[in-house]
Amino acid sequence: MDEYILIFRHEDGNKVASPEQIQVWMKQTMDWIGGIAAQNKFSSGTGLPFDGARVVHHKGVVTNGPFGEIKETIGGFIIVKADTVEEAVEFARGCPVLQGDGNTVEVRKIARGDGTH
Amino acid sequence: MEPTSAFQDPGGNAGALIPHLFRREFSKIVAVLCSLFGLEHIETAEDIAGETFLAALEIWPYKGVPPNPTAWLYAIAKNKARNHLRRDKLFLAKIVPALKQGVAGSGEMEIDLSEKNISDSQLQMLFAVCHPSLPAEGQICLALRTLCGFGIDEIATAFLTNKETINKRLFRAREKLRAERAAIEFPPEAELPKRLDTVLLTLYLLYNEGYYSESQDAVLREDLCAEAMRLTHQLTGNPSTDLPIVHALFALMCFHASRFPARKDRNGEIILYADQDEGLWDQGLIGRGAWHLHRASQGDTLSKYHLEAGIAYWHTIKTDSPEKWENILQLYNRLLTIAYSPIAALNRTFALSRARGKEEAIAAAEKLPLTDNPYYYTLLGELYRELDKDKALGHLQRAYALARTRSDKGVIEKAMQKMGK
Repeated sequence: MDEYILIFRHEDGNKVASPEQIQVWMKQTMDWIGGIAAQNKFSSGTGLPFDGARVVHHKGVVTNGPFGEIKETIGGFIIVKADTVEEAVEFARGCPVLQGDGNTVEVRKIARGDGTH
Repeated sequence: MEPTSAFQDPGGNAGALIPHLFRREFSKIVAVLCSLFGLEHIETAEDIAGETFLAALEIWPYKGVPPNPTAWLYAIAKNKARNHLRRDKLFLAKIVPALKQGVAGSGEMEIDLSEKNISDSQLQMLFAVCHPSLPAEGQICLALRTLCGFGIDEIATAFLTNKETINKRLFRAREKLRAERAAIEFPPEAELPKRLDTVLLTLYLLYNEGYYSESQDAVLREDLCAEAMRLTHQLTGNPSTDLPIVHALFALMCFHASRFPARKDRNGEIILYADQDEGLWDQGLIGRGAWHLHRASQGDTLSKYHLEAGIAYWHTIKTDSPEKWENILQLYNRLLTIAYSPIAALNRTFALSRARGKEEAIAAAEKLPLTDNPYYYTLLGELYRELDKDKALGHLQRAYALARTRSDKGVIEKAMQKMGK
């Protein structure tokens, strides 16, 4: 069985959500992850808070946050176990991040580190 | 030796007293002697403790129980240990030079049966018995025998197996400890977290063995749980193991134990949670559990014991509310991400049905790869109960065919009868 990373891409990281909205998203996200974990297909994952984010540029220039000229940001990721990329895509379809217009979930296979990748 | 069956009480109350004293004091005497002799002589320590109780069985029925039975036992145990050292040349030659304290050859060996030394020795024994090199079943058997003073018969009954199997397990476990040269000592600080994990897992399994055992002996089952709780509580009393994760496990045990009086009927049949009389739940234990859960929440560790204790806490509130099932669902969601188990997956799906409705839960259930698990079909039977009676019955029949134990079959039968009405 392979592992796939599901990367949550937010079109606009500058959007501000209300605490109530954040709580609803949290619940939806945990339900989604719980559903995958109940199938014993969850490996790991984390949210990536925007607070305290930095971007290190070419020649050591550091800017605050991933925002500014780069509009799209990564909000988090999870790693799932799946037999095929299609199965991983099925998991990704349920991701609550996709309720946001323009948001995407990128599905990428994890290299196994066994010399074949 | 088996004092419970061998002892004929001619009239006093020694008969009732001895089995409990035996369990409690046996493990204390063995722990102290073992920490003195070394773990490789665990059988010698057990023999001396056993002979001590044999002496009590011979003398007490005729002369009456002494005013301080414990002190009497310790005095006899000390004498027997000294005699053993004098008598057994081989033991003398091998052990005496290595003795940690005292001058054994002169018969003036110091055997410290003070409360503090007993407690320290028992905790060190707990770490020795829960040695990472032993399989879980070996650890549990050894813990029951050596730390809880259970007889071979009792352990065999609890595991629904025979004495030979238990004796073999114990033999192999002791041999392994000898081969590994396991020492009776508190693990060094750097190793403590890892070693403690093994200890906690063994205590957790020991507790579950009692809680979910198929054994018909209700007293014995509760004793297993009580022993697991006693040892866990003892860990909270030592500064190095007085840790949030230990409190979490203890809280979990308290919450589950609070339902002991309500979960079986007079015939020993399981009463399902929903049908239990909550008036029988032990509020004292629930309160203790809440206190330890509070202690568990200090610090930033979040273990499976924390999450299971949280789930168990919400189950101590019988009244259904959206808040209750939302919390239980979220706790299961998190539990599954750190410790998957089929039963947690099924319970999570049940919580989902309570928090989000049956349709959503059925959709989630159908994705679970548990089609060889009887509880999977009892869950589907429950989810379909009001939506589609035929489907529900079909699932229950499937569950019945897969069920392995008498009590599981009984529960499923009841559910089918209920639906037939």
